[in-house]
Amino acid sequence: MSNKVASSHSIPFWRDVRVLHVIGQVLFLVVIAAGIWWLLNNLQTNLKACGLKISFGFLKNTAGFPISEGLRYDPTDVNGYAFWVGIVNTIRVAVIGIVFATVIGTVIGVARLSNNWLVKKLAGLYVEIIRNIPLLVQLFFWYFAVMLTGLPMVKNSISLPGSIYLTRRGVYIPWATATESFNTWIFYVIGGLALAIIVYVLRRMQLKRTERPGFPIIWAITVLILTLVAGWFLTSGNPLALSVPVLKKFNFAGGLWLSTSFTALLMGLSVYTGAFIAEIVRAGILAVSKGQTEAAKAVGLRNTQVLRLVILPQAMRVIIPPLASQYLNLTKNSSLAILIGYYDLMNVGTTIFNQTGRAVEMILLIMASYLTMSLLTSLLMNYYNRRMKLVER
Amino acid sequence: MNDNRQIVHTVKEQLRPPSERIPVFRWLKENLFSSWLNVILTVLAVAVIVMVLFGLLKWALGARWEVIPANLKLLLVGTYPVEYLWRVWTTGYIIAFLLGFSSGSHGGLMRRVSTVVASVSILMAILPFPWGTRGWLLGIAVAAAIGFSLGHLSKGIRWCKRLEIAAWLLSFPISLVLLNGLGGILPVIERRTTWGFLLNLIGAVVGIGLSFPIGVLLALGRRSELPAIRWVCTAYIEIIRGVPLISLLFMASIMLQLLLPTNVRPDLLIRAMMTITAFSAAYMAENVRGGLQAIPRGQYEAASAVGLNKALGTILIILPQALRLVIPAIVGQFIALFMDTTLFGFIAILELLNITRSIMGNIEWRGTIFELYVFIGVVFWILCYSMSYVSRRMEKTLGVGER
Repeated sequence: MSNKVASSHSIPFWRDVRVLHVIGQVLFLVVIAAGIWWLLNNLQTNLKACGLKISFGFLKNTAGFPISEGLRYDPTDVNGYAFWVGIVNTIRVAVIGIVFATVIGTVIGVARLSNNWLVKKLAGLYVEIIRNIPLLVQLFFWYFAVMLTGLPMVKNSISLPGSIYLTRRGVYIPWATATESFNTWIFYVIGGLALAIIVYVLRRMQLKRTERPGFPIIWAITVLILTLVAGWFLTSGNPLALSVPVLKKFNFAGGLWLSTSFTALLMGLSVYTGAFIAEIVRAGILAVSKGQTEAAKAVGLRNTQVLRLVILPQAMRVIIPPLASQYLNLTKNSSLAILIGYYDLMNVGTTIFNQTGRAVEMILLIMASYLTMSLLTSLLMNYYNRRMKLVER
Repeated sequence: MNDNRQIVHTVKEQLRPPSERIPVFRWLKENLFSSWLNVILTVLAVAVIVMVLFGLLKWALGARWEVIPANLKLLLVGTYPVEYLWRVWTTGYIIAFLLGFSSGSHGGLMRRVSTVVASVSILMAILPFPWGTRGWLLGIAVAAAIGFSLGHLSKGIRWCKRLEIAAWLLSFPISLVLLNGLGGILPVIERRTTWGFLLNLIGAVVGIGLSFPIGVLLALGRRSELPAIRWVCTAYIEIIRGVPLISLLFMASIMLQLLLPTNVRPDLLIRAMMTITAFSAAYMAENVRGGLQAIPRGQYEAASAVGLNKALGTILIILPQALRLVIPAIVGQFIALFMDTTLFGFIAILELLNITRSIMGNIEWRGTIFELYVFIGVVFWILCYSMSYVSRRMEKTLGVGER
């Protein structure tokens, strides 16, 4: 001990590793800070030359450009609200795209492991083709070639079963619209949600107490659905009415209109990401060794129990982290919307920039929006990983 | 030694499973019709295949494919002046020669790659191109053949190997100078942002090449013991990976010049390259970090045990092993980057995808949109698929996962 103290005294400070570490870090930070200061200084000089000053006041100005899709919006609304509409549009296409991509990916991933040779090869072909063609080329193909050239005019639209109409002007699908009694029913919705959360928490505590595995979420969903159905019958008149698109003189009326850009983006993103998810699902299933199934059966579990209690938890541990990064990729890739005219946050952001000339502010806003989404996802992922981590002996 | 190998060999021979000749009917029954569900699936799959094939054939036979050969030069090299096209070819020859040389001296996977390149160029020369083009195309095969024989002769000579590595490293700046021109020696080609497919290739190669050293430094920084360095590197990597490339390109096109002094105004292509390098570096760093994490602790300890300090141990012991592990991942990243270069169109650079607009704007080629996109898709698919195939093979020969 005393020896150590003595030796640390005898080492001159320029050879003391601890001192060197501190000096190195300080130097590093100084260099980085100097670089950033230099860039910001340039920015200030350049902005001054154009007579601009960084401020976010322009967000309160009238936007003045139309956005054809998403939240209720009027060109007289302010820039800030327009940007919010863009964010919601991004989330909309991302969430629906994630659902579709997951379905496609699961189906294809399972098909790749099928016993059927033909199905296996077809699924493999799908994955290999889709993964090796740039997403933008696929999006352009869906948008310019399929939606705008391939589909017929409104008059002789392609109708799919279930009153879905594909036209060059967009896709029309049946959609539920709120009636007068909807406002009463909404209370049942809120009540059902609250009840579901309570049931979830209670059930989870019970499971924990009795140390039994299970899915409290299924109980919660059942409670929610039961409340909704009960509310449906208890309110006078149907709270939701089905609105079916009908061909009028020049265009369809009723139903929900999905723009060509939205449909093309959704198709492109789901098909593309689906191919990647398929590989993840396949790897996840392969990662659970056959012995696990056999062992589970040997201890007398039923087939559904084997899947629920043994296979899925283990496969999910392998699947979820790369799946989350694919979801994030899909969200980031939705920024390509700007090239096919869908009003996502990138598109609205650049439009606001074009209108106001506020480059720095808009880029900061756009990047901050995407970063927030990424950080939220990775926080959730870290939380999930910590929960699912293998408890080692 | 030799005897041992002989024994191992014979044991292997004995253990090889008996090859079973499965009759066609049994194969069909086992793989397609083993159960009712399988029969239904097979029928469905056949229906899908027939429908898709029929639709494709019907369309392909009626398509106006003449749009591709008529605009091939525009698609591949854009507005690159015809009188200077020899520079593009020469670049191709340099690469083909080096490929041939490496395949001659190493064999294995390299040999297969260069064989494919040479045979593709010969096959292309059979296609009805103008005679001049055919000559140039055949030149690629010739360059590869010359390289191969020289490489074969150089086998086992120590300095030749060093020369080979140096030549590969030098080929990148030489190619760029050849393509771009150098003041005083080679005339500089104007309008660099309209080179079509050439820009996709340059973008991907420059992006990977420049981002490699930066990525390695970032990866080392992220694993550094010094918190300041670790935090800065982590922040950079996570920020870049958290935003889409297109927002970075947007930044490069409108904001980068605001961040630079008034007298520095890099042109659009340079800015695009800077962006793609900065973008790629963050992903490269994560790949390299994966390789670094795979190196067991014992290697670090062994390095310090033989008296190497941290820097030397990292450079001489850790990095060579780690980088060897991540070669397949880097190839994968190269493919992704190559596909991402299609986004250059967003900032008004006429790469392959964007240059089709000028063809579609031409009244003569109106309505050839399917043909052009299918062509682009096929070009990218062939290149990306073959690269990923090579990378998968490389994974096997490098023994990733076995060491």
